[in-house]
Amino acid sequence: MISVNELRRNFGPIVAVNGVSFNVEKGEVLGLLGPNGAGKSTLMKMLACFQKPDSGTATICGYDIIEDPVEVRKSIGYLAENVPLYNEMTVGDFLNFVCDAREIKGKNRKQALDRIVPMCSVESVYHQTIETLSKGYKRRVGLAQTLIHDPDVLILDEPTDGLDPNQKHEVRELINNMSKDKCIIVSTHILEEVDAVCSRTIIIAKGEILVDSTPEKLKEEHQCGLDEIFRKITSTKAA
Amino acid sequence: MHSFCAVFKRELKSYFTTPVAYVFLVVFLFFSGYLTFKQGFFEIRQADMQAFFMNMPLLFVFMVPATSMRLWSEERRIGSIELLLTLPITVTQAVLGKFFAAWIFLVMALALTFPMIITVSFLGDPDVGLIITGYLGSVLMAGGFLAVGCFFSAVSKNQVISFVLSVVACAILVYAGLPSTLNYLSTFLPAGLVSAIGDMSLQSHFASIQKGVLEFKDLSYFVLLIIGWIAGCSFILDERKAS
Repeated sequence: MISVNELRRNFGPIVAVNGVSFNVEKGEVLGLLGPNGAGKSTLMKMLACFQKPDSGTATICGYDIIEDPVEVRKSIGYLAENVPLYNEMTVGDFLNFVCDAREIKGKNRKQALDRIVPMCSVESVYHQTIETLSKGYKRRVGLAQTLIHDPDVLILDEPTDGLDPNQKHEVRELINNMSKDKCIIVSTHILEEVDAVCSRTIIIAKGEILVDSTPEKLKEEHQCGLDEIFRKITSTKAA
Repeated sequence: MHSFCAVFKRELKSYFTTPVAYVFLVVFLFFSGYLTFKQGFFEIRQADMQAFFMNMPLLFVFMVPATSMRLWSEERRIGSIELLLTLPITVTQAVLGKFFAAWIFLVMALALTFPMIITVSFLGDPDVGLIITGYLGSVLMAGGFLAVGCFFSAVSKNQVISFVLSVVACAILVYAGLPSTLNYLSTFLPAGLVSAIGDMSLQSHFASIQKGVLEFKDLSYFVLLIIGWIAGCSFILDERKAS
């Protein structure tokens, strides 16, 4: 469903993403691992058609990110790293705005809201202004925005960052429940998350793919925990 | 179209959920009335709104950038532009949605000056046509300044910088066409260039619409002004949205 082909992006002299290619199929949860500044977020921003690649391209659900950005955005749900929201709006108004933008109307809108509000546990803050919410609730509202149109492809940039252990667990459950009929890319640098949700993992550093494997295989090959594997792989690259 | 409407609706509503709209309306209505009466509305002894419309360029030079400065600066500063432009909305739709929301808001502000119309109608028998063209000129001028403000708000993440740049640009548009400026320029520039500067300035076009003369060249001036700056805004935003 996602096919990335030689994506490349520089910021001045800094190479953020350097010719990355991979495919992700339905039912897969791909964990994008890497140290800070590895190019994970840039890669995701390019897939969400927010940033233009310098060269290379990708197709999502058959649509090209350069030629059909609007169609691509219709078929994906994207949760950005810092979960930007419109702080002056109430949660309800905000979700209705997203429905407007995604052309979810009438009965469908009611159904979508009835499904998503309990799913992301935002009932209790539905009429509250977003700026008054705690970080955890803001992230849930962000998730609700991402999932409201029930997209086939999900791109989640550090979805559990800054959440407490209970909330982390809830988000992981949510991802696991959806994983069967969706194609999900999750970026993270929390390694326990890879064990908890990912069926496949790609480790990138300095914009290049170092490893493309499953967490089980990696552990088998290296005979140690993911933490150690991650350190071994990324520090060799850094050296 | 639905994307444009979604942005438009959200933006217009956001003026009224924050204090922006109320502060703007109070200040605008106060000064539009104050300047009119201060500059001899009664002394002229004419039932028209000449004195009222005369101050509009000066008032708009400051007030319109104050409405437009947050349009994109804020969006880029808090990062919500990443949310907006990863929804199925194109940059042009978003720019137009925000522009028209702000424009409608300014039209509302102008509509709230209706007590002036009541006042002149009460005092005498004003020329309705002149009042209508006066308002039309003001609405077009607001749109022109707003397009300029929109552009500068996309240029910088800092609202103060956006505001200052827009005020300067709007002031140049107005003051380049004042007779005193043109007289000064004609002392060292060729006559053709001076009249070109006069034609490019907003002042003469606004003045002729306000006098009740609806000419194609004046209307097209405003339309081109708006389209040009809005196109510039879309372009610059597309280039810099992620930086």
